[in-house]
Amino acid sequence: MQVKLRNPKREIEMRGGKTVNRLLDDLELVRESHLVICNGTLVPGDAKLGDDDVIEIRPVISGG
Amino acid sequence: MATSGSKCRACKAPAVIDLPRHNANFCAEHLLQLCRRQVEKAIDDYEMFSKDDRLLVAVSGGKDSLAVWDMLVEAGYQADGFYVGLGIGDYSDESGDYVRRFADERGLTLVTVDLRDDYGYDIPTAAKVTKRVPCSACGMSKRHLFDKAARDGGYDAVVTGHNLDDEAAVLLGNVLRWDIEYLARQLPVLPARNGFPKKCKPLVRLTERETAAWCLIRGIDYLVEECPIAAGNRHLYYKDTLNSLEQKSPSSKSAFYLNFIDNMAPLLADQSAAAAGELNDCERCGSPTTNELCAFCRLVEKSSAHEPVPVELVLGKRGRS
Repeated sequence: MQVKLRNPKREIEMRGGKTVNRLLDDLELVRESHLVICNGTLVPGDAKLGDDDVIEIRPVISGG
Repeated sequence: MATSGSKCRACKAPAVIDLPRHNANFCAEHLLQLCRRQVEKAIDDYEMFSKDDRLLVAVSGGKDSLAVWDMLVEAGYQADGFYVGLGIGDYSDESGDYVRRFADERGLTLVTVDLRDDYGYDIPTAAKVTKRVPCSACGMSKRHLFDKAARDGGYDAVVTGHNLDDEAAVLLGNVLRWDIEYLARQLPVLPARNGFPKKCKPLVRLTERETAAWCLIRGIDYLVEECPIAAGNRHLYYKDTLNSLEQKSPSSKSAFYLNFIDNMAPLLADQSAAAAGELNDCERCGSPTTNELCAFCRLVEKSSAHEPVPVELVLGKRGRS
């Protein structure tokens, strides 16, 4: 699956078959600081991601 | 195609988000309902404003300010937007585009000020010239212009998009220094006084994750990228720290901030009144100040006389990559 990340903006390829929470753990990202969007739709932590999915991991923390 | 077993706590439809602090999952519609209720509760509990009041919403193009403007308009409040062009390179150009698009698409009134065009300076230049931390020069400039715009436009209150994460991070910083004066002023509502307008923070009961989800579900296009100058600042470090704590112990963040407001802030009320003091009118702009010239006019005087400083010279640690 294709995973889009920010700060800095980049894209990586990963194997599907894992949950959103597992994906965040593998990338050492804190759930409370991110939303995960799968094929344009917001998905919860237990959502299982497939090989063909396009994932955006969107940070929600701002520094204002 | 993603598959999930999570169900919405309210209607049992498939969930789109898990909120550990509520020990629950929600579908899109009930996540919006939760956000509306938390904002209504903050407005009512802290006696922020009524539907007869004219509100000026400080908007930056980020998720929180656009979300609060959207929520207030949806709920039937009279809310105009106010945007300050800060001159932080491409970041400011893009943020202004998001704000104008949001206002145009909804037929909302947007008041704008541009630091470079209207006052002859920008934030990178102000930071360099005054040797202030850039976020400090930026915050001071914005606060002055919010106050002025509210006075000039006859608004009853200034509304900002400060959320639970913002307030908890500021609280952590103030507690680490035991800064009593700042702690005493850290309230969801600051009443009008001495020429300063009332200031309200309706999002203090919502986390950044929840306001970001509001924007996604409502189709609000906002600037996701962080301010390049703020990147790596201490405020963000406090937020990261609190979110690591929240991950291990859900609802710690809301208990930390909301219990401070309920239990500690009343004990500091006398400190807040003592710090208020008497103020003069600034000789140049008429704003309330303890000096002959207010801090903003002093900043304009120094910065506008200086050649513009490129944003690259004042970038934060992460902004340099």
